[in-house]
Amino acid sequence: MNGPDVARALRRIAHEILERNKGADDLVVLGIPTRGVALAHRLAGVVESVEGRPVPVGALDVTMHRDDLRRQPTRSPMHTDIPRGGIDDKVVVLVDDVLYSGRTVRAALDALSDLGRPRAVRLAVLVDRGHRELPIRADHVGKNLPTSSEERVSVRLSEHDGTDDRVTIIGGEPR
Amino acid sequence: MTATLAEQPATRHTRRHLLSSADLDRGQVRAILDTAGEMHEVQRREVKKLPTLRGRTVVNLFFEDSTRTRSSFEIAGKWLSADVVNISGKGSSTSKGESLRDTVLTVAAMGVDALVIRHSASGAAQQVSQWVDAHVVNAGDGMHEHPTQALLDAYTMQRRLGDLEGRHVAIVGDLTHSRVVRSNLITLRTLGARVTLVAPPTLMPSGIAAWAAADGFELSNDFDAVLPGVDAVMMLRVQRERMSGGFFPTAREYTVGYGLTRARLDTLTAANPDAVICHPGPMNRGLEIAADAADAAQSLILDQVSAGVAVRMSVLYHLLAGEEAQS
Repeated sequence: MNGPDVARALRRIAHEILERNKGADDLVVLGIPTRGVALAHRLAGVVESVEGRPVPVGALDVTMHRDDLRRQPTRSPMHTDIPRGGIDDKVVVLVDDVLYSGRTVRAALDALSDLGRPRAVRLAVLVDRGHRELPIRADHVGKNLPTSSEERVSVRLSEHDGTDDRVTIIGGEPR
Repeated sequence: MTATLAEQPATRHTRRHLLSSADLDRGQVRAILDTAGEMHEVQRREVKKLPTLRGRTVVNLFFEDSTRTRSSFEIAGKWLSADVVNISGKGSSTSKGESLRDTVLTVAAMGVDALVIRHSASGAAQQVSQWVDAHVVNAGDGMHEHPTQALLDAYTMQRRLGDLEGRHVAIVGDLTHSRVVRSNLITLRTLGARVTLVAPPTLMPSGIAAWAAADGFELSNDFDAVLPGVDAVMMLRVQRERMSGGFFPTAREYTVGYGLTRARLDTLTAANPDAVICHPGPMNRGLEIAADAADAAQSLILDQVSAGVAVRMSVLYHLLAGEEAQS
């Protein structure tokens, strides 16, 4: 995926969210750091341009809720930023760049339940690469990208990486 | 795991223990303070508990009295979902004559993951870390060090003053008997702050001049000369329980020379309205710090207490959460 592909995917996802939610009422868009936050802001920007009013957008760090902390070097938790108004009785749209094992999303669901009780939680991802380890699926997917588990999916976003938006598969068998 | 997380730079905490402030380089101090900031946010939530250290056991082994350090380690552990056990020297078998080593080995044999230890002997935590496999956190050893206090002091000052690099901090009072001063000095220097130690000549530790020359901090016997130029004043408690007398003639004389009095508070705020006041507690109001100064808007003393839990959560997280070193 290149820059225009990413923009088109986010536009479609924004329309899907609005269609499913019948408008922007009670929507809260939360990105999972790091790149999910940038995507969440872009998504909220599209929703705002369609609906003509801003939607609350924030960040939800899941580091402290992960189940694989002991398998990896310590990483510092990132910032959690819940919009004013909270998440109680809202429709929370979680946004991440890549959906893989589903463990990040599980951690995010746990983190959310500590913060309040949303009316519904939906999941939007830029890339779904398969290989789920938990019964979790995305409601809105930018692109399904079948990969082998030896490969890595690299997402580059202008906000974070100072480059053009780009999604590439790295490693594994060439094809 | 998503690609995003795989690419995050991991701040690896190479140390298994936190025994001395000198164990931490600037990157590690920054990582601990950043995490403390996030933990501080969690404290404002209705649900304060995080599942991060579920199934881990933290033992607070306190051979000396402590209210805030022990309780903040206890709360920190509990908010991270660790099981926390408190053992105080008085109620334990040490009062029946058991040695420190036997007590520690007994506790460690129960399979604990972290030992938070306070002991009246300098170097106790260091010694304990050589006996056990658990992570050891020094919560104050005699007159030696108290690294988590230094981290929370730095955290509190940084929240009010911004980056401490180049900021001038005066640490005033009983330098000889304070374990806070050594740790604070090291942590502040690690963060690039300018530090001046102020004390009457009788309370200057012997040999400190050589250390000051080597490390580039300053010494002074004249509080009034230092006061107008500082961004932060840290008042140390006069440790009556560690003094066998003779360090200063009378309490009144100490206050006149080295107390943060109402007049000195006015001098400080006139010279720098943004300057802040810290005290590691417990305070001797009217001796080293006047009530006016302790309760002034510039005082961070209560912020220090509330930061204590956040900083200790961060320390426990950084020591315990990551992968175990391959041994």
